[in-house]
Amino acid sequence: MKSVVITFPGSNCDRDAVDALQKINSKVQRVWHSESSLDNDLDLIVIPGGFSFGDYLRSGAMASISPVINEVRRLSLKGVRVLGVCNGFQILTETNLLPGVLTRNDKIKFICKSVFIRVENNQTDFTKNYKSRQVISVPIAHMDGNYFANSETLKMIEDNSMIAFKYVDANGNVADEANPNGSSLNIAGIYNKEKNILGMMPHPERAIDKNTGSSDGLILFESLNNLF
Amino acid sequence: MKVRVNISLKKAVLDTQGKAIESALVKNLGYSQISNVRQGKFVDLEIKADSVEEATKIVDEIADKLLVNKIIEDYNFEIL
Repeated sequence: MKSVVITFPGSNCDRDAVDALQKINSKVQRVWHSESSLDNDLDLIVIPGGFSFGDYLRSGAMASISPVINEVRRLSLKGVRVLGVCNGFQILTETNLLPGVLTRNDKIKFICKSVFIRVENNQTDFTKNYKSRQVISVPIAHMDGNYFANSETLKMIEDNSMIAFKYVDANGNVADEANPNGSSLNIAGIYNKEKNILGMMPHPERAIDKNTGSSDGLILFESLNNLF
Repeated sequence: MKVRVNISLKKAVLDTQGKAIESALVKNLGYSQISNVRQGKFVDLEIKADSVEEATKIVDEIADKLLVNKIIEDYNFEIL
C-alpha cells in the first residue's frame, strides 16, 4: 500500500501515523501542506491530528484552504482512500468532503482519555478486519469533538450507513454517559457516501501496540493494507 | 473601507462558552438580572473597493470561503 501523511503547521500526530503505517509495511511518504501535487497512484492519504494553524478562526478552517487540499479533493473523487483523524476529521468537514461540523465539547474541556467505540459498519475498506459491532478501545484527545449536523443531514447520514463509529460503554451500549463530548447520535466517526473517506475523532494511530494500552487501532490500518 | 464582520453561533447551536460566561456572571458575580449570554467574534479588515456593493460582494465571498461555517454560524457586517 502506497500512503502519504500530510503535515500542516501545528500537526502533531503525523509521526504517529507514519509509525502505524510503517508497522504494517506500507510505503509511506510525508508531505508538507503547501504541496500542490500528489502522486496519482496513491492508495491512502492520511490527514493527521494536531492543531493546524493553531486552530485559529475555527479548528481545521485554515488548513481546509491549504494547496494540498485541492489534491486531496481530486484524488478522493477518483476513489483514493482518505483518513482524517481528530484535527484531520475537522479539516475534512471544513472542506465539505464530509458533512457536519465538529464544535466545542459540551463540557468545554479538553478531553484526553481512552474511550470505547463501536464499529457500526464492518463492510468498508477501513473496517473489514473488525468483527460486526466490535467494541474497541481507542484514545481521544480533543477540545472540539462535538459532532453537529442538522436533522436532515443526520437522517441522510443514517440512511446511507455513513456512521463509522459510535461512542459506547464497555458493553457496547450507546449511552449518554458514554458520550464524552456531546456528539449527535454519539457519533465518533463518519464516512462519505462512497465510503472512501473516513473522519474520526479517536486516534487509531495511538492504539497500535498493547504495551502502550491498546492495539485495536492497528486493525484499521491492516484492513486498508489487505486491499492492496 | 474599514469593515467589521460579526460572526455568531446560530440560535439552534449550543453555545457552551456563552453558557460558561453566563454562569460566571450570574452565579459567581451575582448578576441575577443577566440571562441568554451568547458569545461570538468579529474580524476587522480593510477592503479596497469603490462602492459599498463591491465591498459587500467581497465580504460575502470571504465569509463563504473561510470566515464563516454556515452550518453553525451566522454573520453580518458593518462598515466602520
